[in-house]
Amino acid sequence: MQSTPAGLQTQQPRAQRHSALPPGTLAPDFTLHTTPDQTVSLHDFLGQPVILVFYPADWSPVCGDEMTLFNEVLPELHRYQGIMLGISVDGVWCHLAFAQDHKLRFPLLSDFEPKGKVARDYGVYRPQDGTSERALFVLDAEGKIYWSYVSPVGVNPGVDGVLKALDSLASLTSPSVETSFST
Amino acid sequence: MSQLTIPVGSGDHVMGPLTAPVTLLEYGDYECPFCGAAYANVRSVQQQLGDRLCFVFRHFPLTTIHPRAEHASEAAEAAGAQGKFWEMHNLLFANQKALDEAHLLQYAGSLGLNPPQFEGDLLNHTFAEKVRGDFLGGIRSGVNGTPTFYINGQRHDGSYSAETLLAVLERAASLRQGPAAL
Repeated sequence: MQSTPAGLQTQQPRAQRHSALPPGTLAPDFTLHTTPDQTVSLHDFLGQPVILVFYPADWSPVCGDEMTLFNEVLPELHRYQGIMLGISVDGVWCHLAFAQDHKLRFPLLSDFEPKGKVARDYGVYRPQDGTSERALFVLDAEGKIYWSYVSPVGVNPGVDGVLKALDSLASLTSPSVETSFST
Repeated sequence: MSQLTIPVGSGDHVMGPLTAPVTLLEYGDYECPFCGAAYANVRSVQQQLGDRLCFVFRHFPLTTIHPRAEHASEAAEAAGAQGKFWEMHNLLFANQKALDEAHLLQYAGSLGLNPPQFEGDLLNHTFAEKVRGDFLGGIRSGVNGTPTFYINGQRHDGSYSAETLLAVLERAASLRQGPAAL
């Protein structure tokens, strides 16, 4: 099992209690619809890092919401050969409309039936709301959880934590890989 | 709480003294209506705090939802290359719904900028790398939408109403002994 460096662990606000799967756990596999006739399976991405972004719902009333931000950073995620997957309990038609409206360039997966099953498997379902938490998981190339973060549901967590985790992961697996930005 | 990872430096656009007791840094997008609303609030607190405030603006264009924001940022930089960054910054926020190329050229003309140089800088995307650099630095600092503010290097997650900003900036200024050290 890959060791987890200090500081790279499941981070949660102290006041909230979640049972998000911790680093080192094998990420539960899933197959979810991304369009009415297309599915995506987690095991298809073994061999490369995967960024799983659970979010409560497709439509948000503010500019610069979480999915928009990840969309803007996609070229940087690709530098780590990272695969970005968004997951919410919304149906595929809702996802299609949202992705089209926001010009998203990564798949949105529909954790719709059984509702929230994947979110439950990862320990980030909110039964009181019927949605997932706002949670981030970075999986290593072996399909294990390397880092995770559960944000307060109303707070966009940003991308900095994911990039730090990918930096750390890249330094462990391929120290010669260029991981810093030239800004 | 997220912290600013790229300190204020010579590549930044700064209004007010670097030695001011409080520095307000904004990551913003010229096409974002929330940034437009925040613009008036920033102007208000600048007027009230005067030389006690150093204001810094960095670009954070959300290009997929605001298709003209990137070009507008480049226009601000192109104006900055001719010594008129803040003048263009003000015009862009005052005209958020008119950020197409023809209007950008018109604004440049109204500011007395050298037309061939300005147009060439836009055409050649001379400042695209600078704008992207601002954006990536913001990502690393935990910018999670627009606008995002940092006060003396700490991300400000509260309201950016003029009243709240003023109160938070006053408190930060009172806590700061000596020159700002972002």
